Amino acid sequence: MTRARDFFASTAGIVVVGLVLGGLAASLQKLGNPPNMGICVACFTRDIAGALGLHRAGAVQYLRPEIPAFCLGAFVAALIFGEFRPRTGSSPIVRFLLGMFAMIGALVFLGCPWRAMLRLAGGDWNAVLGIIGLVVGIGIGVAFLKKGFSLGRSYPTRTVAGLAMPFVMAALLALAVFYPRLGDNAALFLTSKPAPPAPAPPGAAHAPLLASILIGLVVGFLAQRTRFCTVGGIRDLILMRDAHLLSGVVAFAVAALAVNLALKQFHPGFTLGVNPEGKPIMQPAAHTVYWLNLAGMVLAGLSFTLAGGCPGRQVFLAGEGDGDAAIFVLGMLTGAAASHNFLMVGNGPFAPHIVVIGLVIVLLIGILGREKLGLSR
Amino acid sequence: MEAKVDARGLSCPQPVMLTRKAIQEAGGREVVVLLDSMTQVQNCTRAAEKLGWTAACTPKGAEFELTLRK
Repeated sequence: MTRARDFFASTAGIVVVGLVLGGLAASLQKLGNPPNMGICVACFTRDIAGALGLHRAGAVQYLRPEIPAFCLGAFVAALIFGEFRPRTGSSPIVRFLLGMFAMIGALVFLGCPWRAMLRLAGGDWNAVLGIIGLVVGIGIGVAFLKKGFSLGRSYPTRTVAGLAMPFVMAALLALAVFYPRLGDNAALFLTSKPAPPAPAPPGAAHAPLLASILIGLVVGFLAQRTRFCTVGGIRDLILMRDAHLLSGVVAFAVAALAVNLALKQFHPGFTLGVNPEGKPIMQPAAHTVYWLNLAGMVLAGLSFTLAGGCPGRQVFLAGEGDGDAAIFVLGMLTGAAASHNFLMVGNGPFAPHIVVIGLVIVLLIGILGREKLGLSR
Repeated sequence: MEAKVDARGLSCPQPVMLTRKAIQEAGGREVVVLLDSMTQVQNCTRAAEKLGWTAACTPKGAEFELTLRK
């Protein structure tokens, strides 16, 4: 057990796991998940919000089993290795807001940091703007951390509090398996498949249930062991020139690229050419408003950094019994619903407004969260 | 007298930041870091070793005492 623990904690360990995760993510696309979206914690949480009826965007309603499987895989890993530790109390409401704005920013770009890597590995050059934005956002977050930003300590709590999120995720997984349809305008909602040759909207594109669950469990298990974190990777490099976590992220992107090339899933360009009417064909679930791709991810990167980790990491931490990470995840679910309900997704009419508003609010959180400000005792 | 750091319950990357700061200010003295998660034990050990220090972890109930020496 100690040897397994040491391997996972090593840089070699996180590189191997990064390769496995990247390969699995790209394979999920071949198995049926949307293009360049084998794994996307933002998009999948948004799809779950749709399935539950929290938003009405018909194209993105599917109870993705991957997200609950991630959490439960991490839960099992934490139990096996004695790392299940119920804890909470580190500014939960602030984490809820950060989760909301992280999600809102990510959905303006149309993807979490994981999907930014997958879009890049699929040849979608708009991802470059998103990744630049992500780095800028994380850089601003690091500046706040250096000034003493903290959400305060968490404290050990009751077992039941640590079990709450794994329990919720188990319930979601059960819903994904049985997929009850209670009525025409009742949960669960499900994107309908269009008649071919019309392309399937994201909500109608998914890998077979069992494959999604199994891969999700494996991803959750391995990520919990290695502490795989996309935002942490960039943060640690900026903050202390440490490339340990980042090496896992790079391995993730490299493996996804290799699998994409092998499976002919690599289509380079900002767009995919033009259609017969002369209109540009967009990359899958993407837009080409450069500044929004960049600014959305500045908002997301800053929010994730202030909360201590990327969306995947928050889901895995929730599986370890971290009640504050669980609240962040619920914030993401709420943010996803708000994004669609208020037309703030992608280059939607209110995306520019919410990016500016979100940045103001999260910058305020950064300023007010410095311990030495003296507003709180 | 060793330098003490209480990094229990703090989110990433604060335990590592506090550990690095303590090492830099310790002037070669021993540094003891109080932690409550194996993730942070691994992170702080990695950070200390990168600065050329050695780390020894002693479990204390559900918590850990990480002793760092130059």
